[in-house]
Amino acid sequence: MRHFEELLQELLQKIVMMGTIAESMIQIAVTGLVKRNQSNAVEVFLKEQEVNRLQVEVDDRAVKLTALQQPVAQDVRFLFMASRIGGELERIADQAINIVQNSKHVLEDPPVRPLVELPIMADVAQKMVRDSLTAMIQRDVNLAATVLEEEKKVDAFRNQIFSRLLEEMKQDPTAIERSLSLILIARNLERIGDHATNVAEEVIYWIQGRDVRHSKGTTKAI
Amino acid sequence: MPIVAQNPMARVYSRFMYALCIAFALLIIGVLVLIIGYLVSIGWRSVSVSFFTENPQPYGSGRYPGGMLNGLVGTSVLLAVSGVVGIPIGILAGVYLSEYSANSKLAAPVRFVSDVLAGVPSIVVGILGYELLVVPLGGYNGWAGALALAFIMIPIVTRTTEEMLRLVPKSYREASVALGATKARTILRVVIPAATGGLVTGIMLALARVAGETAPLLFTALGTRLLTVNPNQPFPSLTKQIYNYATGPYKEQKELAWAGILVLISLILVLNVAIRLLSQRRGAR
Amino acid sequence: MTPAVMKTIPTAAGAPAAPPPDFDAPDRQGQEEKKPPYIHPELASEQSLLTVENFNLFYGQSQALHAVSLNISAGKVTALIGPSGCGKSTLLRSMNRLNDLIDGVRVTGNMTFKGQPIYDRHTDVIELRKRLGMVFQKSNPFPMSIFENVVYALRIAGERKRRKLEEVAEKSLRSAALWDEVKDRLHTSALRLSGGQQQRLCIARAIAADPEVLLMDEPCSALDPIATAKVEELIHELRGNYTVVIVTHNMQQAARVSDYTAFMYLGRLIEYGPTNTLFVTPHLKETEAYITGRFG
Repeated sequence: MRHFEELLQELLQKIVMMGTIAESMIQIAVTGLVKRNQSNAVEVFLKEQEVNRLQVEVDDRAVKLTALQQPVAQDVRFLFMASRIGGELERIADQAINIVQNSKHVLEDPPVRPLVELPIMADVAQKMVRDSLTAMIQRDVNLAATVLEEEKKVDAFRNQIFSRLLEEMKQDPTAIERSLSLILIARNLERIGDHATNVAEEVIYWIQGRDVRHSKGTTKAI
Repeated sequence: MPIVAQNPMARVYSRFMYALCIAFALLIIGVLVLIIGYLVSIGWRSVSVSFFTENPQPYGSGRYPGGMLNGLVGTSVLLAVSGVVGIPIGILAGVYLSEYSANSKLAAPVRFVSDVLAGVPSIVVGILGYELLVVPLGGYNGWAGALALAFIMIPIVTRTTEEMLRLVPKSYREASVALGATKARTILRVVIPAATGGLVTGIMLALARVAGETAPLLFTALGTRLLTVNPNQPFPSLTKQIYNYATGPYKEQKELAWAGILVLISLILVLNVAIRLLSQRRGAR
Repeated sequence: MTPAVMKTIPTAAGAPAAPPPDFDAPDRQGQEEKKPPYIHPELASEQSLLTVENFNLFYGQSQALHAVSLNISAGKVTALIGPSGCGKSTLLRSMNRLNDLIDGVRVTGNMTFKGQPIYDRHTDVIELRKRLGMVFQKSNPFPMSIFENVVYALRIAGERKRRKLEEVAEKSLRSAALWDEVKDRLHTSALRLSGGQQQRLCIARAIAADPEVLLMDEPCSALDPIATAKVEELIHELRGNYTVVIVTHNMQQAARVSDYTAFMYLGRLIEYGPTNTLFVTPHLKETEAYITGRFG
């Protein structure tokens, strides 16, 4: 393999590592919420630092490779993608941190009603992250496209959870604080889905040179 | 600027000059064709097998007029001996001029003398040979003739060698030196092999030049009607034999001289063509 | 090859005379060039194989190198860049004393290879050149067979064993990534190879001498992009086993292949540092102006 390709491969591995860590952070955060046990929260914070460090490294490598190797065509698209995906993954990690923090308020109160939709929504969001990364590793445009479709599902979940929790708050004012936190967590998960979508869009841009970011006019939650 | 010709005379003038050049070029070729045509028309009748197999026979002998075997053999021996002496000297001097003379005060004089030598009339070389080699040795001999010819060859070989070695790219020398080769090794292993084609051309040129010389042999090898390969005595050569017969009184001998000239010219022509072919091959490489 | 010891004597004995007056320096070159060069701190941690110290070089009256000091890091690829006439090639050719071939060259200052002086009356120049192989701008295979080209250095060293010659030829051609292309025609003329192959043959020829350093003088300037890419790949592979110093007028090439880059201008070293720093965040504005093409 050419020297330059080896360097690109190394960069790809860094991104994959970042994505794997971010994904595991979602996993830990959501599990902690569902199982009402936040003993692993520290791990999430440590992982976030690792993700931040990796983001800086990915950007540094991308800039240096651009400056030193004069990439063209898919190589230059790859380097831009790498930098942007690094940003998305870093924000996904931030959302995982937010889930942990928002979970605290939920766990302070006793459980009122089992969480049903939230874990499913978390699964979907997490799968979107994983699929977008797999699409990148395997250069699979079709898989990336399915991630774009999944975004609607996540949005639907969020709407469902929002309306249900609103209903609860109206009926039981003492549940407001807890429900508000759950709404925030649903929004965190929805944001994770958005970032995963962005990752998938970057992958499509890299492989096909097609910029699909604003083409479908996808409605994004505010 | 208009691209239509402003001065129609300019084109006429240009065409005239072109025609003039062509005319004179044809004139040169015409002269050569004339000479060779004349030689062939007169000489071919006398070129026979016996020309190559027999020595000159005296008038009255049964095999009169014989041939010029002695001259052919003599010229070959003279060329061989003069080559053995003149080529190494010429090449070494050429190597000196091309490779070692950069900072030397000796270079300019050597080059100048070499040029002067190349221009010295061959009769002068003959007289020099007579004074230095014939008188001290007590008689005309083949060595003196061969050395006189070598003397003529040396400047030619020297200058062509220098030119040819200079044509070898500097990059070859640098590459060799950068690999840790000494200068002598570089010259022997890279520069001279790279110039071999050119060196051979120079040598052939020098041989062709001296093959046709008569004057330096008049006072040195003198010539003989006999076939001999012993250079200690008067030595035959094709040119001297032609000279003798061409200036002689008998018709048959004059005809034999024409045949000798034709053979000599053919030999030189063949040598020249060979040189051309060699240098072409070198250029194609 | 056994690393022969260069004959050395204490430097004082061979110390060059005091530098001649620098006629053109004070006025014609502005204040900016008189600034001391910026050497990035990363270089301090590198092991220096070849050291240049306050090195000046004169062609007759004109000075081509002005007080150049730099260390070439062992096992790394160092690129010398700068506009034409900046002295980068001159500096490179000073390292194996190839400038000796040019009349009227004078040097002052020190240059050492593994601590031994390069410019010394007692330096064995032949041995020095064996240990600092060179690849030239224009590929210059000798008009001999491919095989004879590669084993040239061994031949002049007196090696006669056929097996040994064949062994080295194969190893060197493999190192130069040329073996597969020429193994069936080793005994045909090297001049029939393509330009890129010829240049890789020259690299193989240099490698066959078993040098420690490869000096490359614009090795790709006469090659097409594909051949250039091959030679650059080769340089990446030589890294570590050899110390490479490459002069190139192609900044992108310096960026692609080198670990360290030295930027020279008007015979002076301006900035010297890790390539990936120098090309992304150069320290001096002169360097930035040159590498971004906003020179002058």
